[in-house]
Amino acid sequence: MITFMNNSDSEDEPCNERTSLMSAESPPIPSYQDGLQASEAGEMQTHKKRQTGSNRSPNNVADGDMSDLGVQVRESALENEEEELTLKYGAKHVIMLFVPVTLCMIVVVATIKSVRFYTEKNGQLIYTPFSEDTPSVGQRLLNSVLNTIIMISVIVVMTVFLVVLYKYRCYKFIHGWLILSSLMLLFLFTYIYLGEVLKTYNVAMDYPTLILVIWNFGAVGMICIHWKGPLQLQQAYLIMISALMALVFIKYLPEWSAWVILGAISIYDLMAVLCPKGPLRMLVETAQERNEPIFPALIYSSAMIWTVGMAKPDTAARGPSQQRRVAAEDGRENHSSPSHSDSQILETRSPVPSHPITSLEELEEEERGVKLGLGDFIFYSVLVGKAAATPSGDWNTTLACFVAILIGLCLTLLLLAVFKKALPALPISITFGLIFYFSTDNLVRPFMDTLASHQLYI
Amino acid sequence: AFFWLVSLLLASLIWFISVHLSDQEDAKLQYGLLVFGAAISVLLQEAFRFAYFKLLKKADEGLATISEDGRSPISLKQMAYVSGLSFGIISGVFSVINILADSIGPGVVGIHGDSPYYFITSAFLTMAVVLLHTFWGVIFFDACEKRRYWCLGLVVASHLVTSGLTFLNPWYEASLVPIYIITVCMGIWAFFTAGGSFRNILKCLSCKQEDDSRVMMYSALQVPFED
Repeated sequence: MITFMNNSDSEDEPCNERTSLMSAESPPIPSYQDGLQASEAGEMQTHKKRQTGSNRSPNNVADGDMSDLGVQVRESALENEEEELTLKYGAKHVIMLFVPVTLCMIVVVATIKSVRFYTEKNGQLIYTPFSEDTPSVGQRLLNSVLNTIIMISVIVVMTVFLVVLYKYRCYKFIHGWLILSSLMLLFLFTYIYLGEVLKTYNVAMDYPTLILVIWNFGAVGMICIHWKGPLQLQQAYLIMISALMALVFIKYLPEWSAWVILGAISIYDLMAVLCPKGPLRMLVETAQERNEPIFPALIYSSAMIWTVGMAKPDTAARGPSQQRRVAAEDGRENHSSPSHSDSQILETRSPVPSHPITSLEELEEEERGVKLGLGDFIFYSVLVGKAAATPSGDWNTTLACFVAILIGLCLTLLLLAVFKKALPALPISITFGLIFYFSTDNLVRPFMDTLASHQLYI
Repeated sequence: AFFWLVSLLLASLIWFISVHLSDQEDAKLQYGLLVFGAAISVLLQEAFRFAYFKLLKKADEGLATISEDGRSPISLKQMAYVSGLSFGIISGVFSVINILADSIGPGVVGIHGDSPYYFITSAFLTMAVVLLHTFWGVIFFDACEKRRYWCLGLVVASHLVTSGLTFLNPWYEASLVPIYIITVCMGIWAFFTAGGSFRNILKCLSCKQEDDSRVMMYSALQVPFED
C-alpha cells in the first residue's frame, strides 16, 4: 500500500485537468423553447451579411440588392440546413457519449458487485489523512470536510502546475508525466485488478501467462493512447483506465469524504471551466490559440475517423494533416480566423480522392465529434460505483444514479450546443446523481422494499 | 425514465413522511398507509406522464420549425411509444431487479409460509406492467393530442385497478388473470389508436408487395421564351 501511495502524485494527475466537456463543433442548435428566437438570430446574421454585401458594392445598387437577396436567401437556406444537420448530429453525439459512459459504469458496477476487494476498507490515501472512525457524527463530518479541502487543493495545485507547464511549452515534462501516470495505470493497477478478479473466481494463473497478458495489454495501451491506433481501441483503453482509476477512488476514499469530494469537485469544475482565469479554461483556450489538440491521454474523443478508409498520403503529411483536421474541428470556434480554417479544411480534402465529398459541411460533420474529459468518466463512475457499493446491496439506487447521470450529461450536451464553448460536464450530472442517490437510498428503498415484500406493484 | 423516477421519489417522500408521522406499531395502519402510498404513486406517475407529454409536444414544435419540410423527424406516435416503453422499462426494472439479484443467492422460496411461486409470478407481473405502460403511453398521448379526456380517465383508472389487483397477491388467480386480461385489452386498444386495423395485420402477415398506387407527376421542361 505504502509504495504506490508515495509515487501516486502522478496517479492523482488524471483527476485534475480532465474535467471539461468540449465541443469540437460550433454551429448552433436552437433550444426547443427558443425556436423563434433562433430564427430571429438567423435573420439577424443574414441581415448583417447583407449589410456587408451592400458595403462592398456601393455603385451598382440595384444589382447589389438582387445579389444580396439571393445571397441572403442562400445563406438562410444554408443556415437552416446547417442547423438541421447539427440537430441530427447533435443527437448522434449524445448517443456517442452515452455508450462509453455507460460502458465505464457497467465495468465499475460489475466489479464492485462481484469483487469483494474494492469494497473492503484497507487504509486510506495520503490525500485523505483524516480517519472517519470517530465516535461522534460531528467529528466525522469535520474530518470528511478537511479531507475534501486537502484533496481539492491538491487537485487545484496540480492543475495550475499543468497549465503553467503548458503555457511555457514544457511539452517534454508534460509528456513524461502523462506517460508515467498511464504506465502506472496500465501496468500496476491492471495487475492488481486482474489479481483480485482471479482471486474472486478462484482461477489459477501462472506467472509467465500473467506477464505475457499484462505486458501485451499495457504495451498496446501505451501505443494506442499516446501515439496512434484504431479509434475504437483507443476509446476502449481510455474507458478501461477511467474504470480502474474510479475503482481506486472507490476503494481508498472513506465514505463521507467521497460524497463531499464529489460535491466539491463539481463546484470546482464549474469554476475552473467558466471563470475567465480558471485553469481549465486557460488550458482549453491556449490549446485552441495554438491550434493544437489537447493531450490525447486526457480526453476521450468520439470521432476522428480520418485514419480509416482514406487514401494514404505519405507519413510526413499525415501528422500535420491530423493536426489540421483537429484544428478544423477547433478552428470553427475561432471566429477571428474563419478563412484560415477554411483553407485548412480545403487542404485536408486533397488526400481523399476516393470519397466524393459534395459539400464542405458534410466533410466537417463526419469529422466532428464531442470530446469528454477523462476526469468526468472517472467521477461519474465513482458516483455510480459508490451507489453500487452501499451495504444494503440495493440495485435501485445504482440504476437511479445511472439514469440521473445520463440525463445530466444530456442536458450538458444541450447547453454545449447552445453555448458552443467548453463547458464543465460534472456539475449537472453530479448534482442529479447526488440528489438521486441520497433520496433513493433513504426514501425510495424502504418504500419499494415494503411493496416488494407484499408483492405489490405500482 | 427520469420523469418516472422523479414521480417515484415524490411518492416515496409522501409515504415516508406519513409513516414517520404515524404509529409504527400498528400493522393495519401501516398497511393502509402503504395502500395510500401506492395510490399516490400511481396518480403521480400519470401526472408526470402528462408533464412529459407537454415537454415532448413543445420539442415537437421546435423540431418542426427547424426542419426543412415543416415536419419533425419523429412523429408524436413514435414519441408516445418510446415514452411508454421507457416508463415501462424503468418501472419493471425497479420492481424486479432486487428480486432477481436475490434469486441468485442461496435460499428457499416461501420457507415462512409464503407462496413458493413468488419468483415466477413476479416475473409475469413485471412483464404485464412493462407492456401495460407501453400501451398506456400510446393511448395517453393520443388522448391528450385529440383531447379525449374520457380516454385519459380510463387509462388512469385502469392503472389504479391494476395496482389494486396486485394487492390480492398471493391469491394469484384473482390478480394475475385479470391483469393479463387488462393487458390484452389495452394492447388491442393501443393498436387501434396507433392506426392499426385488420387490413394492416393481414397485409403484414401475407407479406405481399404492395402496388404503388401513387400518381407520378412529371414536371414539364419548358423551353425558355424567345422574344
